[in-house]
Amino acid sequence: MTSGFDWQVIVKNLPFLWTGMQTTLLLTVLAIGGGVIGGTILALCRLSKFSALSWFGGSYVNFFRSMPLILVIFWFYFLVPIFLGRPVGGFYSVLIAFILFEAAYYCEIIRAGIASVGQGQVYAGQAVGLNYFQIMRYIILPQAFRNMVPILLTQGIILFQDTSLVYVVGLHDFLVTADIVANRDVRLIEMYSTVAVVYFVMCLLGSLGVRRLQRKYSL
Amino acid sequence: MQYNWNWSVLLQEPYYGWIWSGFSWTLATGCAAWVIAISLGSVIGVMRTTQVPILRSIGTCYVELFRNIPLLVQMFLWYFVFPELLSKDAGMWVKREMPMPEYSTAVVCLGTYHASRVAEQVRAGIESIGQGQRYAGLAMGLTPVQVYRYVLLPVSYRIIVPPLTSDFLGIIKNSSLALTIGVLELTAQTRQIEEYTFQGFEAFTTATVLYIVVTAVVMAMMRVVEKKTAVPGMLSLEAK
Repeated sequence: MTSGFDWQVIVKNLPFLWTGMQTTLLLTVLAIGGGVIGGTILALCRLSKFSALSWFGGSYVNFFRSMPLILVIFWFYFLVPIFLGRPVGGFYSVLIAFILFEAAYYCEIIRAGIASVGQGQVYAGQAVGLNYFQIMRYIILPQAFRNMVPILLTQGIILFQDTSLVYVVGLHDFLVTADIVANRDVRLIEMYSTVAVVYFVMCLLGSLGVRRLQRKYSL
Repeated sequence: MQYNWNWSVLLQEPYYGWIWSGFSWTLATGCAAWVIAISLGSVIGVMRTTQVPILRSIGTCYVELFRNIPLLVQMFLWYFVFPELLSKDAGMWVKREMPMPEYSTAVVCLGTYHASRVAEQVRAGIESIGQGQRYAGLAMGLTPVQVYRYVLLPVSYRIIVPPLTSDFLGIIKNSSLALTIGVLELTAQTRQIEEYTFQGFEAFTTATVLYIVVTAVVMAMMRVVEKKTAVPGMLSLEAK
């Protein structure tokens, strides 16, 4: 290994690393969006009166929570092309894996959020003649999401870190682009430290931001 | 969709052996890392609750550092970067002569990463007891060490059994990341079977079932432990 810390290799490859970071960010944002939507549906299933729905919600969550994310990524990387009968590219199969996996975690957060709103509000909604969907849409979910925002964002930061696992299928995210440079230029120390510092700074700023938000908006 | 089912491939050698060896490595990695996580995590967690500013800030720095870097990146740092930072002989030892370098590195990485999570649980447990008991202990003439040893820690460990259970399961799941540095644990072995035989359904199903079995067994065992250790009159911290 060549000695001395080489800043040049980092500076030179910044544009390439930035393309990787864009993939990471895009994947994170889409997975959070999809995960929250899926998680909300699952949470409503789990809290539903119909035992079939709540059983489905519960099993889904337990199933995905007992599997490692890497295995889920492998599953979908292998399954999606078989089901569709044609290759769709790494990005989409990984995105589906992340959405389905994260939905299980978001479901638990959202379920706790909905439970925190209190049964009285449901009765009040029913008393003024709203139906189930109106109660959820206009009364319960808006309050629940306000309570949940900090935890949802924290889970988002965890998800941002977890997207680095796409390494196992070689999707060109931030870590993989750095890895390519590291192995091509034999600059492992420089590239891996850069990746660590960038992730650390972004996640630390994110969690400090969440903490401030929590203090400001807590009901 | 076209797929040739062949479950019997799982019972053929070498694949049958691969699965069990992978499963044992997963458990071995997880359990060894858990020993590091719980001991180091307890120390860090206690440091964060002491009255000594320097200890508190060391604890905080540790937790923030290990929580805010993705585990996979930490794995690479330990495996590729850490040996280079040591002196030449020590670096060579870590890379070449250390017994099972991949396995040991993965255990250290997982252990130190999960220590930051355990530390947070321990801290939350101690803080949930409240300052009163600490003062009561000090007033009786116990030294701060004795207060922790006989008053705060015994109670807080009993309170945090549920979150520690999910942390332990987290370590088992995260041990799959060790495949990136070449530990052939369960996920790696099933992936390898998929590549050799193209029987992905069968291979991944096996891994999934084994992970679910581990989770179910651990949960069932810990439910008994939880009941035995629950502090009367105190709600245990909800598992996250």
